[in-house]
Parts: sequence; structure tokens; C-alpha cells
Amino acid sequence: MLKYSIKRFGQLVVIMLLISFFSFAVIYFAPGDASSLYISPDMTEEQKTAIIADLGLNQGMLQQYIGWAKRAIQGDFGISLANKTPVTPQLLNKLPATLLLMGSSLVLSVVLAVPLGLIAGRTKNSILDNLISGIAYVGMSLPSFAFGMLLIIVFTARLRLLPSSGMRTGGVNSTIDLIRHMIMPCLTLSMANLARYIRYIRANAIGQLSEEYVLTAKAKGTSDLKILFHHVLKNTLLPIITLLGMDIATLVCGSFIVETVFGWPGVGMTVMSAINARDYPVIMAYVMLSGLILVVGNFAADILYAVVDPRIRRGME
Amino acid sequence: MVNEQYITDDLFQRERDTEAADIYIKHSLLRDIKKEFWNNKPALICVFLLAIVVVAALLAPLSPYEPNAINAMQRLKPMSAEHWFGTDEFGRDYFTRILYGGRVSLAVGFASMIVTVIIGTAIGILSGYIGGKLDMMLMRFTDIFLALPSTLLMVVLNTLLQPGLITLVCVLSLFSWASVARITRAETIALKERDFVVASKNLGTGNLKIALVHIVPNILGPITVAASLGVANAILTESSLSFLGLGVQVPQASWGSMLQTAQGNMMNNPLLAIFPGACILITVLSFNLIGDVLRSALEPKIVK
Repeated sequence: MLKYSIKRFGQLVVIMLLISFFSFAVIYFAPGDASSLYISPDMTEEQKTAIIADLGLNQGMLQQYIGWAKRAIQGDFGISLANKTPVTPQLLNKLPATLLLMGSSLVLSVVLAVPLGLIAGRTKNSILDNLISGIAYVGMSLPSFAFGMLLIIVFTARLRLLPSSGMRTGGVNSTIDLIRHMIMPCLTLSMANLARYIRYIRANAIGQLSEEYVLTAKAKGTSDLKILFHHVLKNTLLPIITLLGMDIATLVCGSFIVETVFGWPGVGMTVMSAINARDYPVIMAYVMLSGLILVVGNFAADILYAVVDPRIRRGME
Repeated sequence: MVNEQYITDDLFQRERDTEAADIYIKHSLLRDIKKEFWNNKPALICVFLLAIVVVAALLAPLSPYEPNAINAMQRLKPMSAEHWFGTDEFGRDYFTRILYGGRVSLAVGFASMIVTVIIGTAIGILSGYIGGKLDMMLMRFTDIFLALPSTLLMVVLNTLLQPGLITLVCVLSLFSWASVARITRAETIALKERDFVVASKNLGTGNLKIALVHIVPNILGPITVAASLGVANAILTESSLSFLGLGVQVPQASWGSMLQTAQGNMMNNPLLAIFPGACILITVLSFNLIGDVLRSALEPKIVK
């Protein structure tokens, strides 16, 4: 178990290094650098060279990278080119809104997918199953931003039920208001994962229902509902843990798009404007941040999987 | 008597021959695929819809309107006989733009699928066929690519590179070859121990020839499935990138960038958002469904 964890941790570090090197290379080759913050047109050539040397921008790429990595480990990602403030606090302020959105979408997709998937699997090839599977197919095939826009058209433009953007109405500070703002972004963000979970749980449930323990339970007179939500559920949920870890990627990238569509004041919005302004330090800090969320999520899922499933634990020893 | 016996034997033999032929045809690949499609009506409808979308996109130049011609007199016109889908905020005929957008989306989808499949298959076969240290290195490399947050890095890469169709195809395939490599490697490892490959090797056939002549045709099934799902994913990602303004550049139309423009007029003109959205949905859904049907036809061991 420990050996496995250490091995997985090693992989985590390698991937983080690769991501950081990749995004550093992007900044390195991008036109314009941090010196533009300090240099004004009326300076002499000597002053300019002195500033560049002072910032370490005349060094080779590898040296610059090491210097950047040292600062980054301490949480210093430099200064934003657009609004001349440090990047780290700027992103950290926005992080809670994004995490709230991501977390509630994760919960929503699992809570909805489990009963839908189980019922579809139990009533295989019936009208109900075809309906649920059809919805899952559509969810998989519709890009999240298009789904979000569809929701806005229906619920804001036509029915005038829900607000289309932002996180809170100005001056109002109630939970109800927050929830009303959250419904559509949450649904949009969870849709892709929801569709995949439903398909996965359905396929799994079909497999599990033909196992002999189900027959035994039936012979004992256990009710259908209990077989499904007690015996089968436990066995189908296991692989979902791995899936959850992998899907953090979809969530991170999805939150970026969903925040743009719904004007949700999170990290993704900040980065979208940074991308448009070619504000490289912010972009890079974001890549590192989401890379970290992603890799740690994967790591946690793998370890959790081994903890929950004794077969895997035994296989590792 | 003897004669009669002979005839019956001959008849019997012929009967058996036709029976054998029947059995043989029943197991042909094409027939398997056909049967799966006939049994799956939604998939059949999808093939039909997809054919319409592709033909319509190919015939786009027949439209009497220019896709990018701005006409201030015709702004935001509703649906009519002249403008089937109405006009957008620059007075451009929306139906024509949908057709041209479809050309871009489909071209990007197919092109990146082809590049992805070629890179993925090459690396997968190389890794599986040669094995040993090379295999280990290539597979670690593949694992890393599978673990990277691809959409995110695509966004970053697209901010740096000159935006355009070629960049888009390169970036899309760069981050999707890994799963194809995984599949082809596994299939190659299973194949290279088979008698016909070993025999061919012992007869002195070169490695490259074995890979191209013996291995590739035998793994075409999984590759076809991966390709169909690959087109769906590429179109989906392309539309997301174009929606963020990082893919196809204005004024050129793609379904994703049309949705981006439609966002501004969403409250008054929802149709401008619904048309490209529906096109993406139909196309991607079709490729996904066809991929699944192909999978159950070509890889019967997995499903059922």
C-alpha cells in the first residue's frame, strides 16, 4: 500500500513538472515579458539592459525556469501584466467561487446518475431505459456551452425564472439567491459527467444483475428495490471512484467554459480575460493551479480506490 | 438405382455447399456491421442525418449568398423564403453560414481524426511490436499524455500559436493520439504471437512489411471505432475552442464561433444560437452512436 502510494506520488510530481515546464515554455516563447512593466520609453539603453539583467531575463531558459520554479513553490507566481498586481492573491480570491461550483456539480452528477443508471440497467431495453440512455447520449454529444445557452434561452429569456449571470444579485445576500444563481451553471457543468456516469452505471448494473448473488438475494425474498440500491449499488459504485478522479479534468476545463457563459465570478473568468489580454503570468498560474487540482484528484481517487476495494489492496502486496 | 443414389448424393452435396456458403456470409464483417445497424434504428437514422449534413456542407457553394458578405439593410431578419434561417447581426444569410461552418467543423474533425489515428497507430504498433525498453518508454510517455489536462493546455497553446485551421488540427491531434496508441499497442501485442505473423517473420519478411501488411489490416476494427468516436470528440473540442475565440477566427464561420456571436443576441434572437447548437448535437451524436454500433459489430467480445 505504502509502496503503491509512493509510486503514484512520484508520477504526480513528474506530471506537475511537465505541466510547469510546458507552460513556462509557452511564456518564454511568447512575445513580450515582465520587463515591460518596469521599462518606460524615455529610459536609456543602459538602464533598460540593467533592468532586464536585474529581473534575470538575460539568462538562459533553463536558469529562468529554475528561478521561476523556486518562487512558484513558495506561491509567488509573479505580477500580472494587465493590472500590475501579484497574481497569487488575485487567483486565490476567486478560487472559492470556482470550487463551490465544481463541488456542487460533482455531487449533483453522482446523486442524479446513481438512481437513473440503476433504473436504466434494471429495466434494460424498456421505454424508460431508452429514454434515460437517450438523454445520456444527448448529454454526451452537446457541448456544455451550447447546453448552457439553451438553458438561458428557456429559463431566462422565455420563462424569466432564473437569473442568467453572476453569483449574487446586487445588495441581496441570501442563500436562496445564491442557489437561484447556481442552478443553471451547476446543471451545465455536471451534464457531461452525468451522461457518462449514467452510461457507466447502467452497463455495470446490467453486468451485476446477472451475478449469482442477485439470484440468492431474490431467492431469499429480498425486494427488487433493496437488491438494486443495496447489493448492486455497492458493486457498481467502486469503479465510479476512479471515474470521479479522472473527471476532475472535465470539471476544471468545463468550469472555465461554464464560467464564461454564465459570468460566474470564478478563476475561469479571470483567466479568460487574461487570455484575451495575453497576460501570461496569470495564464501560467492558472495552468499550475488546475494541474494541481487535477493531479491531486487523480491521486486521491487511486488511493481511495485501493482503500475501498480489498481485492486491489491485496493485489498490490 | 446407382444413378439415383448418385443424384441424391450430388443434391446433398450441393445442399451442404449452399449451407456452408450461408454460414460463411453470416460471419462476414460487412454483414455483421449491416446487421447491427438494421437492429439499431436510432443509429440508422443517425447515418441518414449525417449523410444529409455532409452532403449539405459539400454543396455549400451552391448557395446564392456569400457567407461573409455584410449587408446592413438585412440585419437580424427572421426566417423567410429568401433567408431560410434568417440573417445574423451583420445581415449575413444564416443558412449559408451554417453550411460553411459545417464545412469547417467537419474538415477539422476529420483532419484531426486522421492525424490522430496515424500518429496513435504508428506509436502503438511500434511500441507493441518491438517491445522491451522502447515499449516501456513509449508507454510512460503515453500515460503522461493521457494524464495531462488536455483542454487546458490546448487553450494555452492556442493563445501562443497563430490561430487557424492547421494549428487547430495539430493541437487537437497532439492531445488525442495517446488513447489510440494504447488500443493499438494492446492489439499488436496479441497479434504478434499469432502463427501467421511468426510464420511470415520466419520466411524473412521485413518488420515494416509485417506491420503494414499483417498487423494493420487485423486491427482495423478497433481503429475504426476509435476513429468514429475521435471525430465526435474533435468536433466537440473544436467548437469549444472556437466558442472561446481561440479556434477558427472571424469572419470565417464554424459552428462554435457562430454560437459565440449568437451569445450577444441570445435574449432577442434565440434561433441564432439554436441552429448551430442543433447542428453540433446532430453531428456529434451521430458519430458517437455510429462508433458504438461499430464497436458492438467489430468487437463482439466486449459488449453483451
